Amino acid sequence: MQQTFEIVVIGGGPAGIAAAVAASQSSKRVAVLDDNPRVGGQIWRGGPGLAQPKAAARWFYQLETANVRVFNGARVIHADASARTLQAETTREIFPIGYQNLILATGARELFLPFPGWTLPNVMGAGGFQALVKSGLPIAGKRVVVAGTGPLLLAVAAYLCDHGANVARICEQASSSSLAAFALRMLAFPGKLREALSLRYKSRFAKYATQSWPVSAHGKISLESITISESGRLREIPCDYLACAFHLIPNTELPRMLGCHLNQEAFVETDELQQTLHQGIYCAGEPTGIGGVELSTIEGRIAGHAAANDKRAAAKLFPARARYRKLAAAMKQAFRLRPELATLAKPDTFLCRCEDVTLHQVRQHNSWKSAKLHTRCGMGPCQGRICGAAANFLFGWNIESARPPVFPARCESLAAISSLTSSLTTETEPPQFHGGFQ
Amino acid sequence: MTGLTGTADVLIAGAGIVGAACAWELAKAHLRVAVVDQSFPASGATGAAMGHIVVMDDSEAQFALTRYSQTLWDELRDDLPANVEFDRCGTIWVATDEAELAEVRRKSAYYCERAVPTEILDSAALQNAEPSLLAPLAGGLLVPGDSVVYPAAAAAYFLERAAALGAKLHLGKRITKLGQGTTRLEDGTTLEAGKLINASGQLAAKLTPGIQVKPRKGHLVITDRYPGTVHHQLVELGYLKSAHSVATDSVAFNVQPRKTSQLLIGSSRQYGVEHDKVEPVILSRMLQRAFEYIPKLRALSAIRVWTGFRPATPDKLPLIGPCLEDPTLYLATGHEGLGITTSLATAKLMAAQILNSAPKIPMEPYLPSRQMVADVHA
Repeated sequence: MQQTFEIVVIGGGPAGIAAAVAASQSSKRVAVLDDNPRVGGQIWRGGPGLAQPKAAARWFYQLETANVRVFNGARVIHADASARTLQAETTREIFPIGYQNLILATGARELFLPFPGWTLPNVMGAGGFQALVKSGLPIAGKRVVVAGTGPLLLAVAAYLCDHGANVARICEQASSSSLAAFALRMLAFPGKLREALSLRYKSRFAKYATQSWPVSAHGKISLESITISESGRLREIPCDYLACAFHLIPNTELPRMLGCHLNQEAFVETDELQQTLHQGIYCAGEPTGIGGVELSTIEGRIAGHAAANDKRAAAKLFPARARYRKLAAAMKQAFRLRPELATLAKPDTFLCRCEDVTLHQVRQHNSWKSAKLHTRCGMGPCQGRICGAAANFLFGWNIESARPPVFPARCESLAAISSLTSSLTTETEPPQFHGGFQ
Repeated sequence: MTGLTGTADVLIAGAGIVGAACAWELAKAHLRVAVVDQSFPASGATGAAMGHIVVMDDSEAQFALTRYSQTLWDELRDDLPANVEFDRCGTIWVATDEAELAEVRRKSAYYCERAVPTEILDSAALQNAEPSLLAPLAGGLLVPGDSVVYPAAAAAYFLERAAALGAKLHLGKRITKLGQGTTRLEDGTTLEAGKLINASGQLAAKLTPGIQVKPRKGHLVITDRYPGTVHHQLVELGYLKSAHSVATDSVAFNVQPRKTSQLLIGSSRQYGVEHDKVEPVILSRMLQRAFEYIPKLRALSAIRVWTGFRPATPDKLPLIGPCLEDPTLYLATGHEGLGITTSLATAKLMAAQILNSAPKIPMEPYLPSRQMVADVHA
C-alpha cells in the first residue's frame, strides 16, 4: 500500500512549490510533503488565503492547478536512499512514500545568537515573531526593536509597521560602508532595489542604525529593554519585543541522512542541474546556499525540470540563477556577521535553552560531540538545531551526522520505519557517529 | 615501587568508565597515572550506555563482580556530583507467565542466600508499582538496591578525581602501539610506563591482537520528558532467553527512567555488525517488544536514537589482569553490557594486581589467562 511517485519534493516553501510545478509540467506523478498545515514555507507561512506577496499568490495558484499531490502536516522522519523510500509522520499516522527522483527543498531556519537575556520571553527570532503576528498576536502600539542583518530587517520592520507596531529601531550590524557597497551592486537589480525602498518607506518612522546590534536584553518576567551597541557606544532602549534576524541556517539534516555531500560551508553540494552527488536526489533553495526567495524558486524550477528529465527547460533558467547567485554573493559579503557578535554571551548565558546549559559549561569541551555528551547541550527536543548552530558560529564546531528520527517522532512511528525499508542503508553513505545519548 | 619506571607508573589506554575508574583507583595509591584516549572521555561504549547499576546472576563470578561493584557505587553515592544523576530507583524483573514467575522465585532465593534484598511482586503489586505496565502481568522481582547513573558524567568525574591526584590526561591521541612498556601515539610521540592497561573497550583487540573481545552492537531510544511514567528500571525476565542468545540478533524489553523524566528504551544485541548506523529493523523489533509491556510508549515522542558497541567476551565475563605474553601489559576490557556497573570493582581488582595486594573477591574468574567456555543460553 506504499504510494510511489515519480518525483517527490520535500518542503512546500518557494523552492519546493516551484520544483513541484515545474516537474508536473512533464506529466510526471509528483508529490510534495510539507510539515506545516499549509504550504508556503517560512517566508509565505500560512499559505494561500492569507495576505501574501503577489509572487506567492501566483505560485500557490500554479501549485493548486498543477497535477501535484500535496501532503500537508507530513514530516519526514526517516529516509532510505537505497530503498528510495521516505517515512512521513502526521499527527495521526506514519506512512511510507516511494520515489524515483527526490527533490530536497528543506529550507532554512533562523540562527539565534546567544547574548545575556536572549532567552527572556518576547525576545524572538524575526521569522517566529512574524508568524505569531500572522496568527493573531496583537502588536498595535507595542514597541519593537528589529535587530540583525540584511534586507530581511526591512521586510520585518515594514510588516510590523503595517500592523501598527511602534518599531523603535532597526539595528543593522553591518557598517554603513558595507551597505553602500551593497547598494551599488543592487543597481543591477532594479526590482529588488525598488522593493527595498518601498519597505524602507513603509518603516520610515523607525530609526535605521548601522553598526548596531543587541548586547543584552533586560526584564524581570519578560523583556523590558535592551542594550545595544551602536557605532561603538552603548545605549539602552525600552521595548516590548525584540525581533532578531541574524543569518539563516540551512536545514541539511535530511540531505545528510540521505548521504548528500556538504561543501566546506556546510551547504548541500549540487551540479548545474541541482542534482546532489547522489544520483536522483536533487536539492534546491536555501540548503544549497542562502539566496532568498527568487533564487529559491529558480533553483526549484531547475530541479523540477531536471528531475522530470527536461534538461532543456532547466538549462534555460541557468542565466537567471547565475544572476541571483551574484546577488546572494553580494549579500553574503555585505552582511557577514562581525566577530564581536560571537563574544556577546557571558559565561552564565544559556547556550542551550532546552537543557539550560551555559556557555561556560560548553566551553570546557573542544568538540560538539564531547560538549553534547557531557553537558546535555543539544539533547533536548530541538535536537540541537538552535544551540548546535550557535556553537558552530561561536566555536566553529562541525555539525554531526544525522540519524533517524530527523525530527522527534512518536515511538510508534519509529517502530514503523522498517515496514518497507527492510534492507539496510547503503554502504556508500558516510559513517555516522554513534556517541551515546546524542 | 619496584618494576615501575618511565614517564608514568601506569598508562591506561581508554578514557571510558573502566579506564577512568582504574585511573582514579591507581592515582589514589600514589601511582603516577597517564590516560590516553583517541577522542574524549566516555566517547565509546560508556557514552552510549544506559547506566544501569545492576546485580546479575548469570554466573557466580558475574554475581560476585556486580555485587561487589554495586556496594562500591553505594559507598560513593554521596560524593557523586549531581550531573552523575545517581538514582537508586531499583530494578523490577518483569514476569509475564508462570514459567517466568518460577524464575522470579529462583532469582529471589539466589539473591536472598547472598544477602541481596529483593521483594517478590504479585500481579497486583507489580501493577501498583508500575501502573504503565500492561495489566495483568504475572508478577515481578523488585531489586531495590539497583541504581541508575549518567555514565558519561560518572567517567568524567572519575577522571577529574584522578587528575586532581596528579593523573595526566592525553585526549584526542590515537595509540598505534601498546606493549612492552611503551605506548606509541599516531603523532609519533612515545610514552613510557612500567605498566600498561588496555581499557579500550570494544577496540581492545585492535591494540592487543588475539584477545577475545568482540563488538556487540546495541540500539537505544530516548524520549522527551514524561514525569511519572516509569519508576524503576524495568527489564523483562525473558531477557536471559532473548538478550543472551550468542548466536542471533536479539531484542529485550528494558526501560529506564532518567532523572530528567525522560525514558531510555532498549535493548538490542547484535554480533557481526561493524557499522554504527541505526538499523530500522532492529529498532522496530526493540520498540515493538517494549510496546508489548508498556503500550502507552507508542504515543511518546522519541528525541534520539543511537547505537553503541559493547565489548563482549565468549564467557560473558570481563578480562581483568595481566596479559601473559607481555609482563608490562594488563587488560581491563570485555565488560559487555555491565561496564558501568563493574567499573569500580574492576579498578579495585586491577589495583590489587598491580600493587600486589589482596583483592576483596577472588579474581581468577576474570584473569585473561582463564579457559573461556562459551556461555550459551538457548
